[in-house]
Amino acid sequence: MWVKLRRAYQVLFLSLFLFLLVVTSAGAIKGYPVGWFLWGDPLVALSTALASRTLAPHLLWSVPLVLVALVFGRFFCGWMCPMGVLHHVISYLSLKRKAVDRIAANQPRPAWQRVKYYVLVVMLGMAALGSTQVGLLDPIASTWRGLATVVVPAAANSGVAILQDERHFQFGWLIAAVFFGALALNLIWPRFYCRVLCPLGALLGLLSKFSLFRISRQEGACNLCKACVTDCAGAADPMGTCNTAECLMCMACLEACPKGAVTYSFLPGLGTHTTRVDLTRRRWVTAAAAGVVAVPLMRASDAGARPAPERIRPPGAVDEPEFLARCIKCSACMKVCPTGGLQPALLEAGLEGLWTPVLVPRVGHCEQGCTLCTQVCPTAALTPLTVGEKIGQPPAVDPVRLGSAAIDRGRCLPWANDTQCIVCEEVCPTSPKAIFFKEEQVRMRDGTQVLFKRPHVDLEKCIGCGICEARCPVFDRAAIRVSSVGETRSRSNRVILKGGKV
Amino acid sequence: MSKPRVFSRREALQLAATSAAGLVTVGGGLWLAARHHANRDVVLPSIRSHRVEQPAGAPRWVVARGPDAAANVRRALEAIGGMGAFVKRGESVLIKPNVGWNRLPEQAANTNPEVVAEVVRHVRAAGAAKIWVADVPVNAAERCFERSGISRAVGDAGATVLLPGSNSFTEVSVGGQVLQSANVLKVLADADKVINLPMVKQHGLTQLTGCLKNWYGVLGGHRVRLHQDIHHSIVDLAAMAKPTLTVLDATRVLMANGPTGGSLSDVKRLDTIVVGLDEVALDTFGASLMGFDPAEIGFLEIAEKAGLGTRDFRSLKSVEIPG
Repeated sequence: MWVKLRRAYQVLFLSLFLFLLVVTSAGAIKGYPVGWFLWGDPLVALSTALASRTLAPHLLWSVPLVLVALVFGRFFCGWMCPMGVLHHVISYLSLKRKAVDRIAANQPRPAWQRVKYYVLVVMLGMAALGSTQVGLLDPIASTWRGLATVVVPAAANSGVAILQDERHFQFGWLIAAVFFGALALNLIWPRFYCRVLCPLGALLGLLSKFSLFRISRQEGACNLCKACVTDCAGAADPMGTCNTAECLMCMACLEACPKGAVTYSFLPGLGTHTTRVDLTRRRWVTAAAAGVVAVPLMRASDAGARPAPERIRPPGAVDEPEFLARCIKCSACMKVCPTGGLQPALLEAGLEGLWTPVLVPRVGHCEQGCTLCTQVCPTAALTPLTVGEKIGQPPAVDPVRLGSAAIDRGRCLPWANDTQCIVCEEVCPTSPKAIFFKEEQVRMRDGTQVLFKRPHVDLEKCIGCGICEARCPVFDRAAIRVSSVGETRSRSNRVILKGGKV
Repeated sequence: MSKPRVFSRREALQLAATSAAGLVTVGGGLWLAARHHANRDVVLPSIRSHRVEQPAGAPRWVVARGPDAAANVRRALEAIGGMGAFVKRGESVLIKPNVGWNRLPEQAANTNPEVVAEVVRHVRAAGAAKIWVADVPVNAAERCFERSGISRAVGDAGATVLLPGSNSFTEVSVGGQVLQSANVLKVLADADKVINLPMVKQHGLTQLTGCLKNWYGVLGGHRVRLHQDIHHSIVDLAAMAKPTLTVLDATRVLMANGPTGGSLSDVKRLDTIVVGLDEVALDTFGASLMGFDPAEIGFLEIAEKAGLGTRDFRSLKSVEIPG
């Protein structure tokens, strides 16, 4: 009964997750709360709150999940987590046949299982200094990222369009390697990732030390048959210590026990289970210190000293330090971008900014009349915008600028090759246009006079949307390119004097 | 004399299998080599003409003015003989508006949605079995059709919007002065009848965009290279398309910062609809509506020389319906 109920919940939540992922289709969200799983993630809330010293209102959805853990234990891990379901399925498919092998695979391995607490504490230590890195391993962000930037595009590009046409994400193979690598770990032990690596599991494990309902074992009733260990997903040692913090609430032990010795009940008595997290105080402190120290070390060797021209952030992005405090690299913005121009950064934003969104205009521009990415961002790393605010309609005084365009006169057809073109002027979406032309008489090679329209950029008007670069007919390296200079969010990354605060 | 060799069943089967493998290798190799050559000289199909004969004495173009855009469309279509003269029961029809940009209707960068809806209704009333509305926008397609109001208008009027995807195109022969072949919307080749439904706008490169330039919007591929010789390219494309009927929307026109616009100060209301069969005449008329000198618009002269129509729209039989 318990296991069937659990499976029904797993199917339900995975379906809901996939539904929300798929409706976050390029160009529309149709009013669905597509970020719901990410909003409900307490690790995301905790890390971004530590790092930014504020809490994005949507993240209050994580409070229910904290309460669930405080009442029922790691219910989320066993019943709701979309990554957990995928891992559960792979574990199931790779189950050893012999009970004795399964019992061996499900033995508690404290030295391994405590790794996830190190991961959690290191990441929270980094967050304390303003660097949110939980998204690298958080199960919800990882699953979203893996599906949105690798699995769905691979399907769509092979003709299985799931509400989405062709898409490509740069260095997606790295995301794929991590995503599928995590799944492959289940071949070693069932739910390896959940037992050993998952920082959200670690956080929920710590919370479930205080849970009201726990799995416990009555020693007197137990005949030590090991049936409970055979399918224990969390390696929580049901026949031994019966560890609440490690228990994934898969409920397999309850059904397996022929004697009814294993029960799930309200505050079971002492000696029937443990809530111990196997980490000494010294180890907690060391891990936290490692996280805290990692941030200045990382930043000392990073790009902070020089500008980052290719770090073109989506509209509504807060200034870089706060952005790094908030962005969880979930790729929701990339999934919804109607042009596919939002790409996971490799090193454009430094090591810290791995997989954070950057606009690559040559892949796709930022559509002027679109603010979908700002609406799906779960952590307010992108401030929600209306189209009016984005384009600078009153009462907004200025449009949101992502950067500025610059013409490469050595590659531009009317400038370098005496050929007509002016596509960049045509597609420029501002009014008056940021790209304008001056007509110039040119004496051609054969002596004839020809009038050419040669493009110029008005930096006061340019919003850095990149459609000029996206559409430039010089196919490989465009003759007009956008860099981040002039971006609204930065006080220093500027070029023109007007409106500037020095 | 030696005894004849006796093959066991196993040996006989093995021999047969070896022979078959040899034949497959030789035959398959020859077949693949033949394909190698066959693939090199594929003859591309051309777009067939979508035109219909007009009864003698019928007007070549009609202009209707008035505050109600849909009524202008209705009155102009009636004056040119009714949609039934162009679309027969059971036919499939492509309607090609200009939906190039992610803009609102009042910004006048796309064909007016009420005009599109009214044309759809007339095509439906004529008994068309299938009605597609398609364009290949410059901005993100779904957003363009959404914010232009055209998705909703077309859906309500009972036609299907075709958003272009990677499988929507087919290569056809153009045989023009500049363009030899082009990737165009498949539906242009598939539809029995084609109605061009542009709007009239200022354009930085060509000065005017209207009927002829609207055919740029059926192209996929890397079409921005056409700007290097835009005037000849426009004429090549218009000569390829051979539409059944053209409805030119000048309800709101974009006077500056075209073809994208964006500011309401770029927009002027002319409350005019022109319907006709000579796209050169219609564009020349459109230029005069905008206050442009048609003699300065390169593609009109080239189109006239190529025999696509006449710039002297006054020489054609016409009807004017005042507001």
